[in-house]
Amino acid sequence: MKYSLFLGCTIPARSRNYELSARAIASRLDLEFIEIEDFSCCGFPLEASDEMGAILLGAMNLCLAEEKGLDICVLCSACASMLTKTAYHLDHDHELRKQVNRELAKIGKEYKGTVTVKHFARILLEDVTLERIKKETKRDLKGLRVATHYGCHYLKPSYIYEEFDDPQDAQTLELILETVGVSNIQYRRKKDCCGGPVLLSDEEVALKVAEEKLRNVKEVGADCMNLVCPFCSLMFDANQKGIETKSGNEFNIPVLYLPQIIGLAMGFSRKELGLNLNSVSTKELELALEA
Amino acid sequence: MRTFSLRDLDSDFVDEIKSLDFIGNFRDCYACGTCTGGCPVHRVNNDYDPLRIMRMLVLGLREELLKGEMIWLCSDCYTCQENCPMEVKITDIINHLKNLATHEDNTPLGVSTQKKLLKDQGKIYIIDEFDNKKRAKVGLPSLPEMAEQAKELLKGRVQK
Repeated sequence: MKYSLFLGCTIPARSRNYELSARAIASRLDLEFIEIEDFSCCGFPLEASDEMGAILLGAMNLCLAEEKGLDICVLCSACASMLTKTAYHLDHDHELRKQVNRELAKIGKEYKGTVTVKHFARILLEDVTLERIKKETKRDLKGLRVATHYGCHYLKPSYIYEEFDDPQDAQTLELILETVGVSNIQYRRKKDCCGGPVLLSDEEVALKVAEEKLRNVKEVGADCMNLVCPFCSLMFDANQKGIETKSGNEFNIPVLYLPQIIGLAMGFSRKELGLNLNSVSTKELELALEA
Repeated sequence: MRTFSLRDLDSDFVDEIKSLDFIGNFRDCYACGTCTGGCPVHRVNNDYDPLRIMRMLVLGLREELLKGEMIWLCSDCYTCQENCPMEVKITDIINHLKNLATHEDNTPLGVSTQKKLLKDQGKIYIIDEFDNKKRAKVGLPSLPEMAEQAKELLKGRVQK
């Protein structure tokens, strides 16, 4: 299996733990990543202020993969939704496609509509398959109690995603975790957003949205959270200390990326999975697995 | 409660949205409030209210919507849109309203800063030598500092 790997802006600069762990488990699963140096921002940060600019950036990135005859694997959920949405609109609206291609022609590109965009987790499920993941699982996670946060753009808007999961009752991430021996823990308002996109306009509101979720996860005594987007990680992991100070609540909830958890089950080391780069310490959790 | 004069309503406002096919069904809204009931932002700050945004749009309260702060509190989570029994594309509509607000010079600093960064760099974060050293140290491939083709593509787009 060959995919071009779309990292976006945040992951290579701020979330090397996600990139490291994704690359580590991918190599074990014969999922080959091809680098495309010219990949830029996906366009998502422009959506609110320059819709057309956002679509142009999205389309340019789609073209770059098309030129190499590769489909796109995306790690960030915001990038996944922006690129998928761009392809959706360009494939359904011929006027828009003409307009976008006129702009793309200025840099010698043309969108043809031959490329498929998939989130990394979706590739694990649909291409790699659960059987294969199970086969590579070497270590018992002893029913690690994990609270999964699906986040928003991994699933929504659903009209762009061909119903690969149901945003009202999402299953995909937990199906993967179940395969590696995790106990999936349910909690209140599991579907809620991390608050991340509001950071740009109102930090207080954004952090309050994140705090609600941390409180609901704490309430059920999960060992850690599981997620698949660097913005969600920013809210729950990097900002957790700040939220604790502000609210006077102690959470101390490790927040792991899906491939970090799968990687633990495959026997990768702490460093190989970038666990040393997580903000909330994962050491206690790792020790419990050793015992 | 604030009051508005009917004379201040902008009856053409709906047409600005209606003309866009894919978000044009907002008149189907029968004000059930499912959007607001499920909204995670409303839960922590009830100044934010997607149902109110929909009603303000239908009534033509253009100035109030585009010059105010409410639309910028939307977290883009799509909960309202997925829950809407009439399949009104609420989040997509609010996103388009944010674009219209930008034309009226109402954009939060964080949003306009990111826009400028993208025009100048083609990505939000530059990957400098130091970043690439850190990447190399853990075995990650090196990346270009900026995205040149993206910069070229965005050149000449209106900056607001």
